[in-house]
Amino acid sequence: MAKPDEVGYYRQEELLKADHQPPKTGWMETPVDFRPGSYIYPGKAKNLKILGLPNPHEWAVTDADWKLPEDWQRIVLEGMAERLKKYRSFKLFMDTCVRCGACADKCHFFIGGGDPKNMPVLRAELLRSIYRKDFTTLGKVLGKLNGARELTADVIKEWFYYFYQCTECRRCSVFCPFGIDTAEVTMIGRELLGLLGLYINWAIEPVANCYRFGNHLAIPPHGMVDTLEFMVDDIEEATGIRVEVPLNKKGAEILFVPPSGDYVAAPGIYTCMGYLLMFHELGLDYTFSTYASEGGNFGLFTSHEMIKRLNAKIYAEAKRLGVKWILGGECGHMWRVLHQYMNTVNGPADFLEVPKSPITGTVFENARSAKVIHIMEFFADLIRHGKLKLDPSRNDHIRVTFHDSCNPARAMGILEEPRYVIKSVCNNFFEMPENTIREQTFCCGGGAGLGTDENMEMRLRGGLPRGNAVRYVQQRHGVNQLAAMCAIDRATLVTVCDYWAPGVKVTGITELVANATIFKGEKKRTLNLRLEPIPGVHQDEDGKGGQP
Amino acid sequence: METKPLGGKQIEVDEDGFIQDPGAWDEAVAKDLAVTEGVNDMSENHWKVVNYLRNYYLEFQMAPMIRKLCKETGFKLKEIYDMFPSGPAKGACKVAGLPKPTGCV
Repeated sequence: MAKPDEVGYYRQEELLKADHQPPKTGWMETPVDFRPGSYIYPGKAKNLKILGLPNPHEWAVTDADWKLPEDWQRIVLEGMAERLKKYRSFKLFMDTCVRCGACADKCHFFIGGGDPKNMPVLRAELLRSIYRKDFTTLGKVLGKLNGARELTADVIKEWFYYFYQCTECRRCSVFCPFGIDTAEVTMIGRELLGLLGLYINWAIEPVANCYRFGNHLAIPPHGMVDTLEFMVDDIEEATGIRVEVPLNKKGAEILFVPPSGDYVAAPGIYTCMGYLLMFHELGLDYTFSTYASEGGNFGLFTSHEMIKRLNAKIYAEAKRLGVKWILGGECGHMWRVLHQYMNTVNGPADFLEVPKSPITGTVFENARSAKVIHIMEFFADLIRHGKLKLDPSRNDHIRVTFHDSCNPARAMGILEEPRYVIKSVCNNFFEMPENTIREQTFCCGGGAGLGTDENMEMRLRGGLPRGNAVRYVQQRHGVNQLAAMCAIDRATLVTVCDYWAPGVKVTGITELVANATIFKGEKKRTLNLRLEPIPGVHQDEDGKGGQP
Repeated sequence: METKPLGGKQIEVDEDGFIQDPGAWDEAVAKDLAVTEGVNDMSENHWKVVNYLRNYYLEFQMAPMIRKLCKETGFKLKEIYDMFPSGPAKGACKVAGLPKPTGCV
């Protein structure tokens, strides 16, 4: 991997020179330029084998020959035919686009990169052109005049490049007058590539891990225990409270499923400590599972079949443990799966009960079919009923903004609850500009399996619109923290903020909640969950003042 | 997959130079991996970090939380970055023969 001082894109002035002038050649005649920093490594054969996927083979993106199966064209076209029949949405999205261009400048990759094929309309056209050629009469007769083209090996390379430069964030869909969901076009494109054994390793390895270990990171049960117990010690150091870690507890009321990034990766670990503390305080009858230890579902970035295979594990475990309902942690894309695919792929979870808060008695009717609620819904309800003892002044040194994660915002519509919770635990909250938040939120640039390092140029380019909005509130309001309820955000926005808005730190919301909560039996709180001195408190104690 | 001469053996590595078979690791391999990370001289402190990671991996089949690495070895995160410029996850773990981390990290 290139080191920061070796590549131009680590310098902002280089990256800001995005050229939005289209190339001189037409789009069908412009081949893909696989330059370092812009593409992702291929899925390793061993991971495809674990999952029983076709054509597992070793290859490199820069190879001339991608070692496709002999009859690859037939495979792709039959795969398309099958999906056109199976997914009415796909057929509709292939037929309805009028190329009005409303989506063109809504994509973070196009804004930050300038490559016309990252205009959602054109990205979809990469697939649509093949659809026209092989599935429409006009395209068959008129060919290129009708925007149709032959399926060649170069088309496959182009698909790989651009369908893995789409984070399936669905911002463009908000602006499409026909409601075309470009993420679904990307998803089908990725599925078709998968039929040829072409995946990215950053998505397919987590899938293979989750398939075997129950989480993307391949954390085995005893590793999970060790990690959570380490957090228990840190929690005690910060608060004086010794919390329990219920694991695989049969008959618990609630199965809690966070994203696995929260077990090991900062700053997610502080939010995980927050989960443990809050559930202890509430006396919640809950359990973690070492089998369903992952809320995220990289199957969503791979294929519909894989969504189903991974999502099924959470419900199988809920059934095995005999819980009543499921509580989901601060994960992003898990909510797209649970709200928009769960019912169809794995069916309504009839063996569970409609989630009901044991503390307030609130029944979450909105979760009647999936039987899972978001931790922010749970917290918002508690705060609304006055069930948490909060001292938001403990967070007074924080000037926080909120990044709506694409899936909770656009796929789930959870816009108010996180804001309500943050405002209840922080006195200094500032919104980013309105066309960059809520339904119009900008992606972190690393979603949908793109959060790896080898494509860092694209991540930073894709992160520019979000980074720019963060910088705006940093300069205008002195914002120093960005809260996000998604583990991919907590991993990738650290890089985006360091680059575009240095000085702004990333946090989960539960971390803020736990830092502001007055726990029963806590010692005098001088440290936050990061075990850093809390500024105001520190000042009182030694009387010296100033930042510690 | 590409193989590279490391510690006097031909060893399979991925695109970023992480060895693919953790069992192929030994101290000679670690020294050569360190060179790929810009560490030409493995000091006692370097070994302390690498051995901790290695042993943790052998016991738990995963990399430890970075926070735990710091606490158990007594090094601050900045000190680990000074020792391994690519950081604990991508630098030190690579030298210790651990697989590259993937997922929401």
